[in-house]
Amino acid sequence: MIFTPFLGMIVILFLKKEQENAARYLAGFFSFVPLVLSFILLAKYDGSTSQIQFVEKFDWIPSLGVTYYLGADGLSVPMLCLTALLGFVSVIYSFGDIKERVKQYFAFLLLLEVGMMGVFAALDFFLFYIFWEIVLVPMYFLIGIWGHGRKEYSAIKFFLYTLFGSLFMLVGILALYFTVEPHTLNMMTLIEKASQLTRGFQVIVFVAFYLAFAIKVPVFPFHTWLPDAHVDAPTAVSVILAGILLKMGIYGFLRISYPMFPQGAIYFALPIGILALINIVYGALVCMAQKDLKKMIAYSSVSHMGYCMLGIAAITVTGISGCVFQMVSHGLITGALFLLVGVLYERAHTREIGAFGGLWIKLPVYSGIMILFCLGSLGLPGLSGFVSEFMVFIGSYPSFKVIVPLAVIGVVITAAYFLRMIQRMFLGTFNTQWEALTEISGREIFTVVPLAILMIGIGVYPAPLVNMIKATMENIVHLVSG
Amino acid sequence: MNYQLLLPEIFLFLWAILIFVLDFFWKRGKQNLGYLALIGVAITMFLSLTSQNGELFGGMFLADSFSSFFNFIFLLCGFLTIFSSINFIRKLSSHQGEYFALLLLSMVGMMFLASAGELITLYVALELTTISLYVLAAYLKNDSFAPLTTRSKSSEAGLKYLILGGVSSGLLLYGISLIFGLTGTTFLKGIKMTLITTFLTYQKIGPALILSLIFFIAGFGFKLALVPFHMWVPDVYEGAPTPITAFLSVASKAAGLAAFVRVFFQSFLVFQVDWALLIAVLAALAMIIGNVIALVQTNIKRMLAYSSIAQIGYILLGVVAATSRGVASVSFYLFVYLFANMGAFIAAITFSNTTGSDEIKDYAGLSQRSPALAAMMAVFMLSLVGIPPLAGFTGKYYLFSAAIEQKYFWLVVIAILTSVISLYYYVGVIRQMYFQTSTVEKPIAMPIALKVSLIISVIGVLLFGIYPNIFLNFATQAALVFHY
Repeated sequence: MIFTPFLGMIVILFLKKEQENAARYLAGFFSFVPLVLSFILLAKYDGSTSQIQFVEKFDWIPSLGVTYYLGADGLSVPMLCLTALLGFVSVIYSFGDIKERVKQYFAFLLLLEVGMMGVFAALDFFLFYIFWEIVLVPMYFLIGIWGHGRKEYSAIKFFLYTLFGSLFMLVGILALYFTVEPHTLNMMTLIEKASQLTRGFQVIVFVAFYLAFAIKVPVFPFHTWLPDAHVDAPTAVSVILAGILLKMGIYGFLRISYPMFPQGAIYFALPIGILALINIVYGALVCMAQKDLKKMIAYSSVSHMGYCMLGIAAITVTGISGCVFQMVSHGLITGALFLLVGVLYERAHTREIGAFGGLWIKLPVYSGIMILFCLGSLGLPGLSGFVSEFMVFIGSYPSFKVIVPLAVIGVVITAAYFLRMIQRMFLGTFNTQWEALTEISGREIFTVVPLAILMIGIGVYPAPLVNMIKATMENIVHLVSG
Repeated sequence: MNYQLLLPEIFLFLWAILIFVLDFFWKRGKQNLGYLALIGVAITMFLSLTSQNGELFGGMFLADSFSSFFNFIFLLCGFLTIFSSINFIRKLSSHQGEYFALLLLSMVGMMFLASAGELITLYVALELTTISLYVLAAYLKNDSFAPLTTRSKSSEAGLKYLILGGVSSGLLLYGISLIFGLTGTTFLKGIKMTLITTFLTYQKIGPALILSLIFFIAGFGFKLALVPFHMWVPDVYEGAPTPITAFLSVASKAAGLAAFVRVFFQSFLVFQVDWALLIAVLAALAMIIGNVIALVQTNIKRMLAYSSIAQIGYILLGVVAATSRGVASVSFYLFVYLFANMGAFIAAITFSNTTGSDEIKDYAGLSQRSPALAAMMAVFMLSLVGIPPLAGFTGKYYLFSAAIEQKYFWLVVIAILTSVISLYYYVGVIRQMYFQTSTVEKPIAMPIALKVSLIISVIGVLLFGIYPNIFLNFATQAALVFHY
């Protein structure tokens, strides 16, 4: 499953420069296979246990204690499915979007997918780190070559920020390796052995890992790479950035930091809660001030990731489940929003919110879909965003009696900026400047419809997803609070 | 006595002489001498890999797994250097044959250096290595094809290297003489025994020993281009013919390091606490200064020169750790560094063969002109940063793990921060190649010899990143030679 895109990348690299369509269809095929596989995974997954399933394990570099160890549990299965889905969607979307250096583009996109899938499935630290870093390289190229605006600046900023964080994680990994007896890089064993670690050690290593994950999420004050990278990246890459890359950070917290360093997690619960609040409110306030649609959605990600962090910091089953829910729902919603922004930008060549008006008259289908996702993002009941935010608030209220009510302000501001954006872009009098705009095409609709169905599906009937992740979440909370 | 142990060295030496002699008779097609030299290196590699372990002349010459690992590095590096020189040497107006013979001689010196179990042997081997290299650095001096600036830069490089190399050899010799005065022997094992007895008697080390340690570090420091003994590096690297620069940056450093490790781990390990901190500080300086100055370089050879100064800082992490894991990681890192750095230099040679330029800004749009060359260069650069799953990462991981095992957290944090800095300039090359567009459309010519050596390097970088087991075990074996 993980290496199908890799195979695709190799095949595409052997194509000739001129065979652009072949590259497109091959990429489509090689990203469709993991999607199918992820459905099989979903169907076979047994949600009643927190055990790791679908294990693949063998020795890799014995002298360094490295094993090749993949597996999935209730935390990684939803993420793997989301990755496969968004990967496929972004490949399909790129069919029309990318016209230059097509072959290289799809090769990098597929390599990116390999890295992301690997992160969510790896259970050996060395392997995890390799996948974690593999993601950076294609991302750097994708932003730098096919991006817009200050693309080179954004690309290198993204690269430097994340490498900075992940190298601290590397030190953390090594420190952990030498502290635990017998030395091991197996995450599951390390989680079992967490009791060997002293409190001071846990706190320090927690900080090292925190740097890596918080930059990725991004948690304030490490968030400055995000708007740059999101805005300047090509549409499909923004989708992946927002939909999956940010979740790698959250995933890291849930998979590594919390179960492995429970005392560090408890020690930092309040600071993380406060930072989460800052993310929520500050992100939302910055959104209010944005004139650029894409930038607004980028900052809304900062705000939404704050809910995830809040859910984690609370260390309750409902809070953490809400966080995973938010990861999935934000992936769907924001992914779709970025696609829709891309659709508009491709036609109008501007993303100024103020430049539009009354688009509903001209583009009813487009506007309808866009408004649906905006409502999802602001947390309208019946859509997935509401469920996740609700769960986060319920789950974290017992832990943070002051922060949660303040965080609710964030929801209000979110509603405000989305509604204002809808009003200014789609309602009101039609700006005749955009007479020539064409309606959203069939292929583009094809990319957002599955996301919409899932968003509504999860929003109306969240039980299957809740049941799937429940056992694992209970296990995480049990590990942290003992 | 089992003279078979010396067979690889003797064979390579005779082969070098053979090339000197043939050069007189062979009037035309001198690049064939290059192929001949390649055959010689390949045979020596085979001999060296199959030779037994043992010692000769009462411990003056040691053939063990440590020396055979380093011999392999020297020979492989020499092989790639010769291979990538064949096209370049055709342009020379004279002395084409001597070039290869001198390279082989220098490799003989290195092999002796890695095997030296006695200080005078070590010194002679070092001189054999460096004197050949002085000549090679100044090789473009009288060459009519090269522009005047290149010629004067090359002779400047040779002269600078000669003078500073001479000074450093003098320092080393002074250190040796002090040690001889203190212990009455030049055999590494003897020195160790005497020092331990003295230490046990007096419970402290005297000023003379400290002084000699400092002379040793300074002497080797010049060879390894440690900060603050690095001033000669950028000029020499820029001025010397590029294949020689590549050879200097990998093989010559590996040789210096082999001797350094041999002396310090065989003789001075008892006083590890006394010198480890000094080396740690030097490593930190090398990483900081090398990386920061590399940021502002516009010439790829100078950039790689500063980057190699920084890389030696990372390598010293393993020396500072002073454990078997440390030595193994040093050996392994040198091995993978060989592929990435040689590869980068060979790519630069290929590029300048066609364009005549070493400026980084001229790499603009290379991914459009020659996608394969650009992709390989990008792989080398990313490996030098240490991005997984390339070999550079595995090497760095091993080095960091050795340092962390010994709790050198501050040093590792410096290494990390400077790695992030290094990303900027390494990726700067990639940025030019991929993000900029070129005004010239013409692809870069890739002669077969350069193509093959590039592919060897790329395979090395990829293979030892993903499956490093064989050479990790080899390196671990090599590290077992010393008693910690």
